[in-house]
Amino acid sequence: MSPEAVSAPASPEAKLAMAEFLLVQENMAECAERALEWLQQHSGVTKALCLAVDSSQKQLIALAAVGWDEQEPADFMLDLTDRQHPYVAALFKNKMVMLRGTFSDPRAAAAPYSPDTFAAIPLGGGDQTAERRAVGLLIVNPASARTDPDLQWLNDYMMPVLRRRLGTSHLSEAERSLRRERTLLYNILNTVHDPIILTDTEGRLVISNRSAELLFGAREEESEGRRRAIALNNMFLSAALSRHAIEDVSLDSRELLLADPADGSDLFFELASTVFSDVHEGTGVVTVLRNVGDLRRTTQELEENYRRLRLAEEEVRAERDRLDLIISSVAEPILVTDPEGKIVMMNDPAERLFTMPKSGNLEETQNVQANDINFSSFVSNLFLMSEGRQHHGGISLVDPEKSTPVPVEAISAKLISQQGELLGVVTILHDQTEALERSRLYEQLRLVSEALEEKVREATAELVRQNEVLRRQHMELQQASQLKSQFLANVSHELRTPLNSIIGYTRILMQGISGTVTPQQRVNLSRLDANAGRLLTLINQLLDITRIEAGKMAVTMAKVSLSTLISEVLAEVEPLILQAKLEVTQKVPNDLPEIRSDREKIKQILLNLLMNALKFTPKGYVNVSATYQGMQDRLIVTVADSGIGIAETEQEKIFEDFRRSDDSVAKGYAGVGLGLSICRRLAVLIGGKITVNSKLGQGSAFTLTLPRAPKTP
Amino acid sequence: MKKKRRGLILVVDDVADNRDIYTQYLVHDGFQVALAGDGQEALDKAAQLAPDLIVMDLSLPVMDGWEATRRLKQNGITKHIPVIALTAHAQDGVAETAGEAGCDRFITKPCPPDELAREIARILEDRPGRSKTQGA
Repeated sequence: MSPEAVSAPASPEAKLAMAEFLLVQENMAECAERALEWLQQHSGVTKALCLAVDSSQKQLIALAAVGWDEQEPADFMLDLTDRQHPYVAALFKNKMVMLRGTFSDPRAAAAPYSPDTFAAIPLGGGDQTAERRAVGLLIVNPASARTDPDLQWLNDYMMPVLRRRLGTSHLSEAERSLRRERTLLYNILNTVHDPIILTDTEGRLVISNRSAELLFGAREEESEGRRRAIALNNMFLSAALSRHAIEDVSLDSRELLLADPADGSDLFFELASTVFSDVHEGTGVVTVLRNVGDLRRTTQELEENYRRLRLAEEEVRAERDRLDLIISSVAEPILVTDPEGKIVMMNDPAERLFTMPKSGNLEETQNVQANDINFSSFVSNLFLMSEGRQHHGGISLVDPEKSTPVPVEAISAKLISQQGELLGVVTILHDQTEALERSRLYEQLRLVSEALEEKVREATAELVRQNEVLRRQHMELQQASQLKSQFLANVSHELRTPLNSIIGYTRILMQGISGTVTPQQRVNLSRLDANAGRLLTLINQLLDITRIEAGKMAVTMAKVSLSTLISEVLAEVEPLILQAKLEVTQKVPNDLPEIRSDREKIKQILLNLLMNALKFTPKGYVNVSATYQGMQDRLIVTVADSGIGIAETEQEKIFEDFRRSDDSVAKGYAGVGLGLSICRRLAVLIGGKITVNSKLGQGSAFTLTLPRAPKTP
Repeated sequence: MKKKRRGLILVVDDVADNRDIYTQYLVHDGFQVALAGDGQEALDKAAQLAPDLIVMDLSLPVMDGWEATRRLKQNGITKHIPVIALTAHAQDGVAETAGEAGCDRFITKPCPPDELAREIARILEDRPGRSKTQGA
């Protein structure tokens, strides 16, 4: 406010507005400032300063100042003990004083300063009856304004108000603090969801929080239903609290069913009351209602929780069943051990080894105990090992029933939780019996195999050796065979050469080439010739037998007409037939099929048979017949005679080498007995056979059987 | 002795008895006979005398009968002369080898001289031109 401002005496309205303001305004600084401004406007005051004693009664503090320009004394204060200071002195004089030049005092240097004269008016100083000193000081300039009626009015009216304010300022502060604490307490109480009630000893409600008010606090505007619910709640509460009081339990908890005034639903509370005593307020009861939920929701939640629990339980059970199934489906014994080494789970194969027998059999029990000890020590090894989650090695177990050793290969693994905690140990046992048995058998097999190999080696060596012997023998035999063949060839050649001379010269003599021959000489020469012929036959037969025996008799297969061949043979022996004077016939069908055989061999056989027949038949007949047996696809040639016959005992012998029937010998028949044996050999050589059917004295029938075609060689 | 009109027969044999027997008989039977004791001699005589038929033993010194026959049959002058192999070798295969060497007939010893003479006559009669000339 500028000092030049025009002041005018205060109107009754201005005084009324100021009085109202002072009544309503509680802030002293505001009051002081407004009062100084009012003085500037109405009582010619240009400069003013309002000071007040602080609540501690030790200092004089500037409350407000006007008209000082830059020297605004906002934080100006003086110590009340400084009695020399004109302001403090003025305060203690308790009546208006004039101040002049006092502001040059160095101790007042900090105070607003002016060389003008000031009037210092103690506040409350107008109260003549009071012994109390003034509570403040009003300093105005010019000092002449001190007589202004408006200033007098303000001093008369405001100062008592100000004085009261100053005097009670300390109390008001305490009151505000209390109110703040109270508000805080309420806030705290309200933030608590549970209703809280404080009642006095008569059961009257003293304090309640907002939750409690909702249940128990009736308001005018509320509906009928609500009010009734609240009334009922109050009734129940009172009953509960009085019962409380009667039963004289200081600390108790009980249940209380109330209705929610909002929707009438049941609310279930647990009541907790505590009796308290206060020096000022006396005793009371603090009751806390803990909402244990409305029953329905609780039930639902309970059911839901139970359902979840069951589901979880089922899952766990299913998981466990699966695990059991897996474990039991494994044929190898599996054991799960807890960290103390106790077996907590095992499958059937493991139970066979580690479960005490029901029979109580001593040996079985001991076996199981031994197994337990061996297994435990193995597992404890794993526990002892700090590093490594797995451990494997052999354990010697025993079959409890059979008492036979069961060597096993055990593999143990630690079960470690996600938190790294050891949960247990899983152990799988591999039965090594079979493996050991297998390796034992394998070893045996290997030994046998080796022995066998050795034998095979020896046998092979022996074979090689024998082979070599055989090869040599074969070579020797071949040489011998060659030598024999050569020998035979030589013998044959050497025998024939002189025989050629004998026969040759005999013929020359017989034909009279060397001169006339007497009849007797001719007979003798004939005999010589005949014997030479027999010798030749013998030589030929011997050669034939050795050739057949040596396998050197060649067989030449070709088409053969038996009827033609038979005629040819008969023609060749014609001289003998004529000589013998026998009835010689042949019976050969026209449709006799051709056969495939060796013509010369058949011819030799037939000649031999026919000559034998002629030779051993003194009288009667000789018949040659041939038939084809389609069933067996073979031809049969029979040379039958009415000769001397052969005894049954002789019938097989005649086919042996150098054999003749005793009768033929006895009766002086010539021959060495090689003919039939050669015939039989030749017949076999071309796939046929010769049989005889004869009766001594009644003739013989020799049968040559030939296949129509030789069997595939 | 009969007239010499039946042809010249060369008898080749290393055994003197044989040469004697066949000579006596064939001469008696009207043949002219020349003799040789080995294969080489046989070749020489054959070339020299041009016989009508050769009776050839096979086992011969100097040159065997097979070789001699082969050469005779290779020679243009002697190849037409019939050769009868007459041998004491009776084992299988000899007749075949003789045939291969060029022999026209194969006879095994012992062979009576009359039979040989009949065989020679038969062969010579099979060659009509020759016998006709001889006969005329």
